[in-house]
Amino acid sequence: MELFKIEQLLEKYLNAETTLQEEATLKNYFLSGNVAQHLQEYESMFGYFAFNKAETSAKPIQLKTKKTNWRWLSVAASVVLLFSVYMGNEYRKEQQVKAQYAEVMSTLKMLSTNLNKGNEAMASLYVYEDTVNKIFKSK
Amino acid sequence: MRRHKGVKAIKRNILQNNYKQLMNQSEFLKSVLPFKDKVFRLAKRLLVSTEEAEDATQEFYFKLWKNKEKIAEYKNVEAFAMTMTKNYCFDRLKSKQASNLTLVHSNYKEKDTSLDKKMEYRDSVSQVHKLIEKLPEQQKLVIQLRDVEEYDYEEIGKMLDLKPTAVRVALSRARKTIREELIKQHNYGII
Repeated sequence: MELFKIEQLLEKYLNAETTLQEEATLKNYFLSGNVAQHLQEYESMFGYFAFNKAETSAKPIQLKTKKTNWRWLSVAASVVLLFSVYMGNEYRKEQQVKAQYAEVMSTLKMLSTNLNKGNEAMASLYVYEDTVNKIFKSK
Repeated sequence: MRRHKGVKAIKRNILQNNYKQLMNQSEFLKSVLPFKDKVFRLAKRLLVSTEEAEDATQEFYFKLWKNKEKIAEYKNVEAFAMTMTKNYCFDRLKSKQASNLTLVHSNYKEKDTSLDKKMEYRDSVSQVHKLIEKLPEQQKLVIQLRDVEEYDYEEIGKMLDLKPTAVRVALSRARKTIREELIKQHNYGII
């Protein structure tokens, strides 16, 4: 490619009047490594464009991450829910047993106090009997 | 017996749907992955850091996947992808400005004193990178889409919602600025 033609194309290039084909010609020339001294700034420019075009993203694309996360979250939530319902039920049963126990205990207590009352009454009866015996013996 | 058959049919249906989805996913990737690096480079041009550009690319593909039914409606998915990426990056930049975060500039090597011709060349190449970073957003986009990705003016116009003449004006300005700055720096180097 004649230098004169390259210079002409560069003029057009700066005014953004070149076609893609003409720009490809320029790219080829400036990447050839054999560039005229007074056009070195273009060598940097086209060198950078080529360098940048070679840059790629190393990270693979993931499409499903969020979806599965939600699914696992719901599974975990339902397990927790079931477990807590189970534990709640256990607790309720325990409370029921405790309540029954307390009721029985209070009933027994009442029974025992009433029995004691009876005993006291019996004791006074014994006292009465003693006195009666004394009286009759003294006779 | 009949009920059993029904369950089987449902199971088969689910399997078929899964298969369909799998097919769709591979088809989807086939149609959209070819321009993944272009999306990444455009995002990096605007967001500067590689990690953020990668996040933006991932986010973009996730969004595209969720709206995959709409893809068929677009004649040129690639052009649409560029527009979406641009908009997404602008949003990110805006929210960043709002939260007063500064951009971290990429770690390009500072000028080396070595006179090695190769080093000098590499330096001037990274110099171009820095000069583009300083350009206004519109010019950055146009330079990226034309000089790196080699789209034609019409396509760039559609991507950026500009008339082709406006694209040319922005491009011409950007090219001239980069060249002038390079000449300036080169002269400084000689003095």
